[in-house]
Amino acid sequence: MQSVRVCALVFGAGALLLAQLGYTPGDVEEGEQLFIENCAICHGPEGDAVPGVELARGKFRHASSDEELREIITKGIPGTAMPPGNFHEHQVGTLVAYLHSMSTSVGAGAPVLGDAARGKIIFEGKGECLKCHRVNEKGSYVGPDLTDIGITRRSGQLERSVLEPDAEVLPQNRFFRVVSKGGAVVTGRLLNLDTFTIQLMDSTERLRSFLKSDLKEYSFVDKSPMTSYRGRLSQSEVSDVIAYLVTLKGAGR
Amino acid sequence: MKACIFLLSLTVKFAFGQVSFERILGADKEPQNWLTYSGTNLSQRYSRLNQITAENVKDLQLEWIYQASSLEKFEATALVVDGILYTVQSPNDIIALDAATGRTFWTYSYNPSPKARPCCGHINRGLAILGNTLFMGTVDAHLVAVDAKNGHLLWDTAVAKAESGYALTHAPLVVKDKVIVGTAGGEFGIRGFLAAYNVHTAKEVWRFYTVPGPGEPGRETWGGDSWKTGGASIWVTGSYDPELNLTYWGTGNPGPDWNGDPRPGDNLYSDSVVALDVDTGKLKWYYQFSPHDEFDHDSVQVPVLADLEWPDRAGQGKMRKVMLWANRNGVFYVLERSTGQFLSGTPFVQVNWVNRFDEKGRPIRVPGKIPTAEGTEIYPGSEGATNWYSPSYSPRTGLFYVSAWDAYASIFFRIPVEYTEGRVYAGGWPKSHVPDGRAAENLRKDNEGYGVVRAIDPLTGKRRWDFKMNDVTDAGILTTASDLLFSGGREGYFFALDARNGKLLWKATLGGVVASGPMSYSVNGRQYISVAAGHSLFSFALKK
Repeated sequence: MQSVRVCALVFGAGALLLAQLGYTPGDVEEGEQLFIENCAICHGPEGDAVPGVELARGKFRHASSDEELREIITKGIPGTAMPPGNFHEHQVGTLVAYLHSMSTSVGAGAPVLGDAARGKIIFEGKGECLKCHRVNEKGSYVGPDLTDIGITRRSGQLERSVLEPDAEVLPQNRFFRVVSKGGAVVTGRLLNLDTFTIQLMDSTERLRSFLKSDLKEYSFVDKSPMTSYRGRLSQSEVSDVIAYLVTLKGAGR
Repeated sequence: MKACIFLLSLTVKFAFGQVSFERILGADKEPQNWLTYSGTNLSQRYSRLNQITAENVKDLQLEWIYQASSLEKFEATALVVDGILYTVQSPNDIIALDAATGRTFWTYSYNPSPKARPCCGHINRGLAILGNTLFMGTVDAHLVAVDAKNGHLLWDTAVAKAESGYALTHAPLVVKDKVIVGTAGGEFGIRGFLAAYNVHTAKEVWRFYTVPGPGEPGRETWGGDSWKTGGASIWVTGSYDPELNLTYWGTGNPGPDWNGDPRPGDNLYSDSVVALDVDTGKLKWYYQFSPHDEFDHDSVQVPVLADLEWPDRAGQGKMRKVMLWANRNGVFYVLERSTGQFLSGTPFVQVNWVNRFDEKGRPIRVPGKIPTAEGTEIYPGSEGATNWYSPSYSPRTGLFYVSAWDAYASIFFRIPVEYTEGRVYAGGWPKSHVPDGRAAENLRKDNEGYGVVRAIDPLTGKRRWDFKMNDVTDAGILTTASDLLFSGGREGYFFALDARNGKLLWKATLGGVVASGPMSYSVNGRQYISVAAGHSLFSFALKK
């Protein structure tokens, strides 16, 4: 699902450019994953955490062409903190594709951030976010753990998730729904699924296991279990919460 | 008189457990034993034991577990001779167990050279036996003979050079007084071959190169000097037809795997089945499944031999000696096995590289479906439609059973490549849509496909039934005379199906990937079903 939406947006905006460069929507998606796993820890999800470098705006200190970008990704920049990357040639290409897409893909156009300290108070209080989410070992196990959400998601993406939770539910965060033969419905986070059984954590944080043969039906829930905060929080409160989420960069960081 | 009794008892003692070649040829007449990798020389992996039935299979229980001391994949099929079970553990140990209790009699350990560089793990798939001698190929490309009574080494001979990438991973095949092995190493630019050794003297009797050299027919199918590094490895055990005196072996991919540019031509006899005269090693016929392969479509599947009433041109059924072959390339083939004549080729999974076959059975390719620098999506994906997993043929149901991966693709990339001895010689890579282990179930995509036990009617090539799994499968298949089918998969389930309709009858959670072929034997009239999963060997029987 994520890929479909990302693709749609990419094609809506910068697809032509990317296609001309020989990159596919799949390349962008793969590059984004690689970027989050390998680059965002220093560059930040917006690509702007290193002074003087704004990856999302195509502003590089040492590269003016794709070839130079590839060179830097592969060999690093001696004398700086930029290390050589251990990537296949194809992977380097997908990273370059993602860098090109950053200005047009989902999450582009960073929102105005509010006050992170106020955001934390709202997050833990009025917003009741910990009823489902977890941050640094505090909160519920049911929803996605947000401890490092500031690394893995861009502020624009976070704002959209708060205001339009159904717009994009990452595949790994979809809820799963099972219905017993007697009609009892259980939803929760899918932990495992095989030919004969299903394991999930239900909405009361219980670890549950089901035999498929005991069920009437089972499937993913494509909509988010979260309801929109539009109207529940003011725009400035949302900005504060986003500002707080952006600061979440992993336990102990 | 006393001497006579002594002699008699000695004779009986020697005869017990002694596996003559006549016994191997007639292995189907002693179903309490499992004398070769695939059960019999026809390789049908079909057991005539019928104590365990569709009605009582629900009462199967675990009798014993043998836990290997290695954490390597356990891909072996055991042998059973008169109550003794012989199996292997990585890298190259042989273990003799009591087949009824799983207790160990002895262990033989071979220490392979650290220079061994098998592509895909320190794997061994099993043993062969003749007389009182067990034979094992090693990952450093030696062949060893070990006394089945006490596990002592009888002889050890170097078959090929380990540091160049040669390795022996499959169970040897014994025919007459010869033990036949072939070399793995298709990712290292080796030159593949099969070789027969005298079981007593360890002397090489013949050698057949799966890549022809100068002056040999087929040399012209390799441009330049590419034959020297052509691959066409052997890593799964072949079969034998005693009436035709032919032994059949499937061969692996040509090297480099994913870039055929350095090796213009059809690249015989890669991705083929070769039929060799067992006395001389001379090629009687061959059939190449994937000429000039660039998808790593090893044709190392077990050649399953059967006699079928095959319709002639007038539509009349005529008994034919055939070979049934579900290939890694996604096509199910029926070949006539005295001549190699192509009888039929029918895709058994989603396939996008071949359109049809000409009269001689040469595939007519789909244009443009080759690896490229940008990547090309090919169905089936990099692990193939099936692979080395043992299929089964039941003469009772007349169906062929295969563990398949359907509806999945990989993206194949081509890159320039140069050969360096002992280094990987691949020329690209496949990007699989199927991640290892599939831990993140909710990240699965449609093009990851699924694993399935598929029943195929050999006469039509059409599927008769499917048993679908959530994950893919590397498990072999066993069928029995009570119309049971045993198999498993990556999820760690081991299960029994009704071979007639695919209905699930029983299952057990073994907690590790089933990447071996199940087999059956009996001790004191009690039937056992044995299979390796994870790092252990499991044996099941009915509750007493």
